[in-house]
Amino acid sequence: MGISFSARKRLNGFTLDASWKIGNELAVIFGYSGAGKSMTLQMIAGLLAPDEGNIVLGENVLFDSGLNVDTRPQKRSIGYVFQDLALFPHMTAGENICYGGHGIDKVEQKKRCLELLRMFRIAGLEDRLPSQLSGGQKQRVALARALIRRPDALLLDEPFSALDMHIRFEMRGILKEIQQTFKIPVLLITHDADEALALADRMIVYAEGRVVQAGSPEEIFLSPLCSEVLTLSRFTGNVQPAVSCTGSELCGTAT
Amino acid sequence: MDSSAWFSLRLSLQVASLATIMTVLVGVALAYLLALKNFRGKELLDMFFTLPLVLPPTVTGFFLIVIFGRNGFLGRPLYSLTGWSVMFTWQAAVLASFVVALPLMIKTARAALESVDRNLINASYTLGHSQWETALRVILPLAKKGIIAGAVLSFARAMGEFGATLMLAGNIPGRTDTMPIAIYSMASSGEWSRSWVMVAFFTAASGVFLYVANLFSRRTI
Repeated sequence: MGISFSARKRLNGFTLDASWKIGNELAVIFGYSGAGKSMTLQMIAGLLAPDEGNIVLGENVLFDSGLNVDTRPQKRSIGYVFQDLALFPHMTAGENICYGGHGIDKVEQKKRCLELLRMFRIAGLEDRLPSQLSGGQKQRVALARALIRRPDALLLDEPFSALDMHIRFEMRGILKEIQQTFKIPVLLITHDADEALALADRMIVYAEGRVVQAGSPEEIFLSPLCSEVLTLSRFTGNVQPAVSCTGSELCGTAT
Repeated sequence: MDSSAWFSLRLSLQVASLATIMTVLVGVALAYLLALKNFRGKELLDMFFTLPLVLPPTVTGFFLIVIFGRNGFLGRPLYSLTGWSVMFTWQAAVLASFVVALPLMIKTARAALESVDRNLINASYTLGHSQWETALRVILPLAKKGIIAGAVLSFARAMGEFGATLMLAGNIPGRTDTMPIAIYSMASSGEWSRSWVMVAFFTAASGVFLYVANLFSRRTI
C-alpha cells in the first residue's frame, strides 16, 4: 500500500506541479501556507480534479488524465480530517462517527464505533454534540469518523494547529498509534517544523506549488538542498546552501 | 363572525395551506439548485421566479391568465382535454398564492442553504455519501431554520394574497371570496362593522406569523 501522486493544476493564478511517492508510512507535507499543500490533499480525496497527472492509491488508479479516470470522492477509500474538522454540528459525537460507516451494517457500525471510542479514550462522550466537546475531544471524534470505514489511506489537513501544546503532543502519539494499528499510509500537512520532525517517517517539502525536497527528516533538516528548505526548517547548523530551489531545476524532480 | 365570514376564513386557510405545501416543495428544490449548483442562466432563473415579488399583483395575475386562462397556452389544451379550467375556481386562488409566495421561499431558503459550510458537504462526500444522501442528512437539516422561516412567510403571504387572486379566481361569494377579497367587498359596500372583525383577525394573525418567522430565521447553531 502506498500513494503515488503526480499532478499539475492551475487555479486562480497559482500553479501546482508536484510529484512524489510514499509507502505505508507516516508522511508529512511541509511548507508555508499557500504552497499547495491543501490542494494536494483535495486532489487525492477527489474534491478537486488536477488538469493533468495521475494519482494511485495502492492498486487503485484514482485519477488519470490520460486514461480519463476520475473516481468520485465517495468511491475513494480515503479518510480525510479537515483543518476545521468539519464535524456535523447537528449530530452527536456517536452519530458523527457512525455517519462515516456508510455501507456497513448497523450492528458492525456500533461495534466499530465503540472500539474507536475506546481506542481514542473518548468513551462516554458519544451522546454529546460537537459544541459540547473540547478541542482535543473533537479531534478524536473526527479521527474516529474518518477511520470507521477502515480506509486505505488517512489524510490530515493541519488538524492540530489550533490545539494547546500538551494536547498536540498527545495527538501526535495517537497518530503514530493509528499508523501502526491500521497499517495504512498517513499523510499529514503541517507548517510546524517540530511537528514534522516528531512525526514524519518521510517528509515532502513544498514551496510555491512544487516539491523542493523529499526524504527522511534527518536528510531535510541536516542537509537542506536549498535556501527555501533551510528557511522552513529554521535549522541553524553549519550547512548553508545559497541555491534557491524555485526557479532552478535542482529539486523539482525530487520524489 | 357570520357564516360567510367563516367560509372566507376556512377558504383562506385551505388555499394558503395548499399553496404553502407547493411553495415548500418547489421552492426548496429551486433554492437547492440556485445555492449549490453551477449552471448557465442560473441568475436568470432566480430573476424569473423573483419577479412576482416586485411586479404589481395585477401584472402577475395577467400573466397567469395568459398562461392558464381558457385560451392560455397551458389552459387551452387542459380545457380541451378535460373540459375543466382553473379560472374562477378556488384552485385558481391556490395557484395565484403559490406563484406570489414562491420568491419569499426561494430567497430565504437559498440564503440558508448557501450558509451551510462547504467543508461539511465535502466531508460527507469523503465519508462515502452520495449528493442525495448528503442533501437529506447534512444540508437540509442544517438549513432547516431558514426553510421553516421561509414557509411561515410564504403562508402569511398566501393568506394575504389579493391582486393576482382577484384576477384569476374572481370574487364569487361562497366560492372564491378569500378573506382579503371578502374584506374588499364589504368595505366597498360600506359594511364596516363586518369588515372590522376580519381586519382585526388578519392583523393579529400576521403579527404572530412575523414573530414566528423571526424566531426561526435567527440561527442558533
